[in-house]
Amino acid sequence: MTDSILVMKNITKEFPGVKALDNVNLEVRRGEIHALVGENGAGKSTLMNVLSGTYPYGSYEGQILYDGQECQFKTVRDSEKIGIVIIHQELALIPELSIGENMFLGNERKGRLGIDWDETYAQAQKHMEQVGLKERATTLIKDIGTGKQQLVEIAKALSKNVKLLILDEPTSSLNEEDSRMLLDLLLSFKKEGMTSIIISHKLSEIAYVADKITVLRDGATIETMDNAGHNIDESRIIRGMVGRELTDRFPKRQAYDVGEPVLEVEDWCVHHPVYTEKEVVSHVSFHVNRGEILGFSGLQGAGRTELARSLFGRSYGAGICGTLRINGTERALKNEREAIEAGLAYVTEDRKDNGLVLIDTIARNNTMARLEKVCNKRGVIDIDKENRIAEEYREKLGTKTPTVQQNVGNLSGGNQQKVLLAKWMFADPDILILDEPTRGIDVGAKYEIYCIMNDLIAQGKSIVMISSEMPELLGMCDRIYVMNEGRMVGEFSAQEATQEKIMSAILTTGEKDENKGVRYA
Amino acid sequence: MKESIQRSPGLSSGVKASALLKKYTMVIALVVVFVFFTALTHGKMLYAQNVSNLLLQNAYVLVMGCGMLLCILTGGNVDLSVGSTLCLVGAIASQLMANTSLNAVLVILICLIISIAIGVWQGFLIGNVHIPPFICTLAGMFLLRGLGRVVLGSKTVSISNKTFLNIFTSYITVPGLDKDTLHLSALIVGVIVAVGLLVITATNRAKKEKRGYALPSAASAFAKIIVIDALIVVYSWKLTNYKGIPVMLLWVLGVLVLYTFITSKTAFGRYFYAVGGNEKATKLSGIDTRKVYFAAYCSMSVLAGFSGLLVAARIGSVNGDTGMSYEMDAIGACFIGGASAYGGSGTVPGIVVGAILLGVINQGMSIYGLDNNWQYVVKGAVLLIAVIFDVVSNHKTGKAG
Repeated sequence: MTDSILVMKNITKEFPGVKALDNVNLEVRRGEIHALVGENGAGKSTLMNVLSGTYPYGSYEGQILYDGQECQFKTVRDSEKIGIVIIHQELALIPELSIGENMFLGNERKGRLGIDWDETYAQAQKHMEQVGLKERATTLIKDIGTGKQQLVEIAKALSKNVKLLILDEPTSSLNEEDSRMLLDLLLSFKKEGMTSIIISHKLSEIAYVADKITVLRDGATIETMDNAGHNIDESRIIRGMVGRELTDRFPKRQAYDVGEPVLEVEDWCVHHPVYTEKEVVSHVSFHVNRGEILGFSGLQGAGRTELARSLFGRSYGAGICGTLRINGTERALKNEREAIEAGLAYVTEDRKDNGLVLIDTIARNNTMARLEKVCNKRGVIDIDKENRIAEEYREKLGTKTPTVQQNVGNLSGGNQQKVLLAKWMFADPDILILDEPTRGIDVGAKYEIYCIMNDLIAQGKSIVMISSEMPELLGMCDRIYVMNEGRMVGEFSAQEATQEKIMSAILTTGEKDENKGVRYA
Repeated sequence: MKESIQRSPGLSSGVKASALLKKYTMVIALVVVFVFFTALTHGKMLYAQNVSNLLLQNAYVLVMGCGMLLCILTGGNVDLSVGSTLCLVGAIASQLMANTSLNAVLVILICLIISIAIGVWQGFLIGNVHIPPFICTLAGMFLLRGLGRVVLGSKTVSISNKTFLNIFTSYITVPGLDKDTLHLSALIVGVIVAVGLLVITATNRAKKEKRGYALPSAASAFAKIIVIDALIVVYSWKLTNYKGIPVMLLWVLGVLVLYTFITSKTAFGRYFYAVGGNEKATKLSGIDTRKVYFAAYCSMSVLAGFSGLLVAARIGSVNGDTGMSYEMDAIGACFIGGASAYGGSGTVPGIVVGAILLGVINQGMSIYGLDNNWQYVVKGAVLLIAVIFDVVSNHKTGKAG
């Protein structure tokens, strides 16, 4: 008898022209939490898709042993039947259906005539209690926040009698409070004997929750580390992931000279575009100096994105009022085009939805925000020039792609982020607003993004960075503003700012409201 | 798979061959269908008259296909009203010429202005008022069809204005050079165009090489242009043996060249692809998406009106059913020609292939004498196969979703 619940042996998976997995081995013991880490494109998700049957038996080489039995999954359903459930990064819930309906979608409780709703909702309620969800099972998914939706996914997995739960970046869209709750839930399941595999980029979470850590790099297993004491050194994991020592997670930058204010905002208010009586940003004032990186901290839904987008040519919100001065002159930017021409750039947090045209090439995305720069007077594009520019940015930012004619949708997250940055750098702004510029990308790519930010500062540009990761704000910014529930609740210089101070600024101002984190998300 | 493609060191030759096959599927399909119908009709497809008529009969599909492409690019939106616009404009033209002594050129101008007015109206509703295009143009389809019939007074109105007919349906004849049976001018123009294309390709390559840009392989670039050249020469030889160069061909080519240029070379054209690819990102990039929608539907109506003139001149009369279901031909040509049903991709050359493929099937079946009802069945099947192929092949290469 072995106490390994899962053994994956010599898994090799090829896509046309690419070996995504090369002889990968993974052994998971019964009742442990096993973390899978690696840079974007290292093959973590591919490996889990092999395990769950998303890539059917026969499309890969190697062997999967579950409970000592060899498995040959043809579909996801086959793997779910024996208790392997995967929860993907992008949640697969239908907003217009209730929690209960979602939980039993495709797995309906049947009565004599159609669906037995009493049974459905009773069962749903039972599993929801297990995950600590206090909503009613008839509540619609769209009415609960992302954090709770994540819990619904887990409850759904429980309803399928899960024995091995796989979570692909479960906390990437959660705030700190919800993340902690989720991780504690995993720990309590562990006590009850459930086995989990968790994929994450957040090393502190992994150190907190995982018993074993397996590192993947370029489609191969690098090592498996023991973390029974939950005290593993984060730099130890990073070393395994990138294959080099990252002495510092944030690049050094020359001391900057505080320039004059380039952007001044006074008494700025924004209302929700649909529920116009609701104030999303309330009487906010701040300024950005030339050559500084300014941070915006706060929980999700604090109104930072809404503030940034309303400043960027009123691309969000209704009933916007307040004063906006650029280089000392008051401006009324009526649309995005005027904002771009005034030297503003807003680099969105949601690159897939709001940032890039995924079905278009890198070159064409690169020039999109300022296409006239590669055009002659009559609006005819110089395609050669466009390609040359895209090529220059590819080299400058180190985007990994065979050619700039590649569709952006084929790139990994970190490389997409670089294309998005290139797009806005090409627009040649003086002030860049970067909204969560390192979300969902790996440690190595993050470091590269930080370096690009420093380069921009060295060129005399100014940066506003909105981020939910406090270490990155503390590591990169000259000044940090803290927002909560649409209001400005604190300002710290780099020297005086600490995580504790920022958190307490948030917590002491907000009323207790458990929906706070998602209200405006 | 999306994570790993970027690390691909270079595509293997097998992948390249299948990519090539995918890129030119519809061209290959066109060749196969053409050969099939040529065999089925014992070579009648190749008669000079039939080759010449193939393009003229489908002139409206080619012209309206260009406009429809812009609409479809914005996100798979179509314009259902074009058949009715075509009818209304044709009706106005025929009535003006039948009942007034207005000059033909003036009539054409009036008709184009009316088309622009229809375009501005629909473009405004769709772009600025945000009426869903499907519904807005469905309403337009009924509304304009009705107006067309009112203008015609439920009659068939024939056109006898010589100038008007000459502007659209005559053939170019050079005195001294062209005889009744042999219009050498067509061949000469054909050869000049073929040589010109070859020279342009060569000089462009040389220019790019000099500046050190990456080039596609010489073999593939020249093979492509030589095939096109050969087709041009053969086509002009056929025209030579019939009545020479039809003026309508020049009108169609003019529209095709203009729209190819707009969609592939101009910032204005690029915006249509951007809106269809990701409207929110386009808006945040400072592009006024309302204007893009406006332009798409405005240009569509203008081309529909222009097609109305072409069709009226070619048939020589207009009735209440003129242009019935023509919108479906234009939409079909776009989708067969590889435009994405979700928007954001598609090209004018693709539409040309799609339109000709539909035309060949139509003509082949007519010559063969297939029952009209069955012709619909075949056309539907071809459209379905084309779209299935598009969706499935995109899915396999991981481009969709």
